[in-house]
Amino acid sequence: MFSDPDLLKFVFGRLTLEAIPYHEPILVATFIAVVIGGIGLLGLITYYRFWGTLWRDWLTSVDHKKIGIMYVILALVMLLRGFADAIMMRLQQAMAFGGSEGYLPPHHYDQIFTAHGVIMIFFMAMPFVTGLMNFVVPLQIGARDVSFPFLNNFSFWMTTAGAIIIMLSLFVGEFARTGWLAYPPLSGADYSPGVGVDYYIWGLQVAGIGTTLSGINLIATIVKMRAPGMTMMKMPVFTWTSLCTNVLIVATFPVLTATLALLTLDRYVGTNFFTNDLGGDPMMYVNLIWIWGHPEVYILVLPAFGIFSEVVATFCGKRLFGYASMVYATVVITILSYIVWLHHFFTMGSGASVNAFFGITTMIISIPTGAKMFNWLFTMYRGRIRYEVPMLWTVGFMVTFVIGGMTGVLLAVPPADFVLHNSLFLIAHFHNVIIGGVVFGLMAGVVYWFPKASGFRLDPFWGKMSFWFWLTGFYFAFMPLYVLGLMGVTRRVSQFEDPSLQIWFLIAAFGAFLIALGILSMLVQLVVSFIRREELRDTTGDPWDARTLEWSTSSPPPDYNFAFTPVVHDQDSWWDMKKRGASRPLSGFKPIHMPRNTGTGVILGAISVAFAFGMIWYMWWLAGLSFLAMVAIAIGHTFNYDRDFYIPADVVTETEGKRTELLASEV
Amino acid sequence: MTELHADQALQEGKAPTFYLEEEHHPEGSTMLGFWLYLMSDCLIFAVLFATHAVVGRNYAAGPSPADLFDLPLVAVNTSMLLFSSITYGFAMLEMEKAKKNTTLVWMAVTALFGIAFVGLELYEFAHMIHEGAGPQRSAFLSSFFTLVGTHGLHVTSGIIWMFVLMAQVAKRGLILENKRRLMCLSMFWHFLDVVWIGVFSFVYLMGVLG
Repeated sequence: MFSDPDLLKFVFGRLTLEAIPYHEPILVATFIAVVIGGIGLLGLITYYRFWGTLWRDWLTSVDHKKIGIMYVILALVMLLRGFADAIMMRLQQAMAFGGSEGYLPPHHYDQIFTAHGVIMIFFMAMPFVTGLMNFVVPLQIGARDVSFPFLNNFSFWMTTAGAIIIMLSLFVGEFARTGWLAYPPLSGADYSPGVGVDYYIWGLQVAGIGTTLSGINLIATIVKMRAPGMTMMKMPVFTWTSLCTNVLIVATFPVLTATLALLTLDRYVGTNFFTNDLGGDPMMYVNLIWIWGHPEVYILVLPAFGIFSEVVATFCGKRLFGYASMVYATVVITILSYIVWLHHFFTMGSGASVNAFFGITTMIISIPTGAKMFNWLFTMYRGRIRYEVPMLWTVGFMVTFVIGGMTGVLLAVPPADFVLHNSLFLIAHFHNVIIGGVVFGLMAGVVYWFPKASGFRLDPFWGKMSFWFWLTGFYFAFMPLYVLGLMGVTRRVSQFEDPSLQIWFLIAAFGAFLIALGILSMLVQLVVSFIRREELRDTTGDPWDARTLEWSTSSPPPDYNFAFTPVVHDQDSWWDMKKRGASRPLSGFKPIHMPRNTGTGVILGAISVAFAFGMIWYMWWLAGLSFLAMVAIAIGHTFNYDRDFYIPADVVTETEGKRTELLASEV
Repeated sequence: MTELHADQALQEGKAPTFYLEEEHHPEGSTMLGFWLYLMSDCLIFAVLFATHAVVGRNYAAGPSPADLFDLPLVAVNTSMLLFSSITYGFAMLEMEKAKKNTTLVWMAVTALFGIAFVGLELYEFAHMIHEGAGPQRSAFLSSFFTLVGTHGLHVTSGIIWMFVLMAQVAKRGLILENKRRLMCLSMFWHFLDVVWIGVFSFVYLMGVLG
């Protein structure tokens, strides 16, 4: 029976034993490490009898704080994977000179640079940003949760499902060899017949659903759930930048979804959208994907700008300089980000006028961004600056990001771009703004809000180690790439002829090694802080003497965030409350209406992995069954009307009473 | 309101209110959320329309709209969808009057019109594929089938949603949750109507004009 080829083909589609990369020693070693780590983790969970808690309090939770934390954990795990890819590339390029082919064959190298880009953007930066917004925004606006708590849980699991699909490609089959945006015709069925591009497509489609829904959720939350008195121009800047980011998400992710769907049809059905013959137009894909792709970089960097704004104001003990101009700059960037996409391919040959238009709009973006930079500088000017770790990241960002911004304006000049297009200069530029802007911002955000999430601060020594390794590592790793780019070295090359280039790649590899130490320091910081958590405990709920509402509640906040909804009179409302001696009400607590946890999100996420796996390997029965199951479960979920409960008043009284004791013991 | 009180209190030298004693009820977000979803869906259609604008004349020496489209059939099809919007409007009016049974009847009529629309569309597709004008034939046909088919898939989901909601209304009556859902489906259904008007004019009429 098992030798019947038709049956085998029906059951397994195009999945055969050959798809398991047991002949690749690097992958086998990775697989063994993952298995040992996985067994260890599962063992620990079992040993500490954590399964029940894990399921009830985390996986099925609709609490925006827990979902936010899970997003950040996902992002950190994916950071390790994405960075492993990065350091492998750096090693290969440092070695592959003078006839040496390095240790990675080209087909493997090509998968690594594709996976690196995809993972860092979609599964590191995006969940990180979404996680921080999820955790912080409802607290900053004085709300008890987001507008649609179940949808929030579902969005998280779709994002995670996408990450799992991408990770599966490591051990079953292969990943795309096309670069992170999978341009056709290379990504079409003719030139990429394997499963790599299909892993790419389905991973991103599943995660994209989560991202779009989470964007809708957060816009509705910010527009509808703000505390009384918080008018738009009294919202904290992080909430403003989150609003703009989510508007961009909702305005662009559908474009990505549609574009990838067209590529899917080309690959699965044989349509001719992006093919070379029968009227297809590959450049249409490039245009469409960048209509999503350019706003995407602002989706990532705007929340980082918001974090820096909060951090600067807090650690300089001053109101943010130029609040209104900061808001307008954010909005202007949001709009402009939609009309610059063509600068990613000036070399398409669209003519001088079109290139001039997109070159000029690109340069104009530097104006509101520059205004922001001056706002942060003027906030620091005559401020009482405390160089805590978040502030270090902020200063590191200001210096680094200005360099990245200037090289960006340089690339925006079409004639210069014709020389630098697809060179390592470009690689250096976008790592300069993404690491110097987004990653530094996220790191600042984690250190800043960690005590709010966990109840204890992060160890500052290891935080500083991490910062300095990252900062110096960044300059060592990417400044050489600027030089190489100016010399004409192109991206995505795995071997080199000219031995005089090698020294620059060696310096860059050294930089990557320093960044590895930075990441290691961050992990050590987490462990050390956990061990020293009693010393680092935050009993006040406001460890940094900060300015916005999330610091008015306890650390970690109770499930309901605020026993009484705060009333806002000023931009920095918590600062205002502290200054004018607002006192916490100690009695008169009422029952609090809360949404109920549900397992539907996890289950739908798990089935969507099965669906994607079926589609990728042509196991049509699996894809069909899991699709039907998803529809049935989603419909079944709508028949459940019992979705909420009340936290009784005496539980609220007890929780708040404990906080009162804690606050009293502090003084 | 609260702010006003606070400013008054401040002027009188008293500390303003910093916490709301009574329960705070933010207004419902569902309608806004659903609008945002519809706009995101609208962008998917925008991409498909833009694609059609770019490759819709790339016949690759194959059939053109004038050879393929049967405008009287499409006109009948369009009227099915437009009628279904009217009947859904009737269902909403009955819902406002809290009449459960007539709401259900009008929903059923709407669903039937929807099924007729999808049926005619499938007939048109089958006919074209039979004539050798399938989605693989040219970029024009790829984008035609994708744009019209995506709309058809949306209508199909709307029909499934209609039946699910009918079951829920039948079971629990016109309670607040169900009224909210009926309102969402209403927005979805009318949205598909608007998109179809774009498809009809842009793909069929302008296509045949060549």
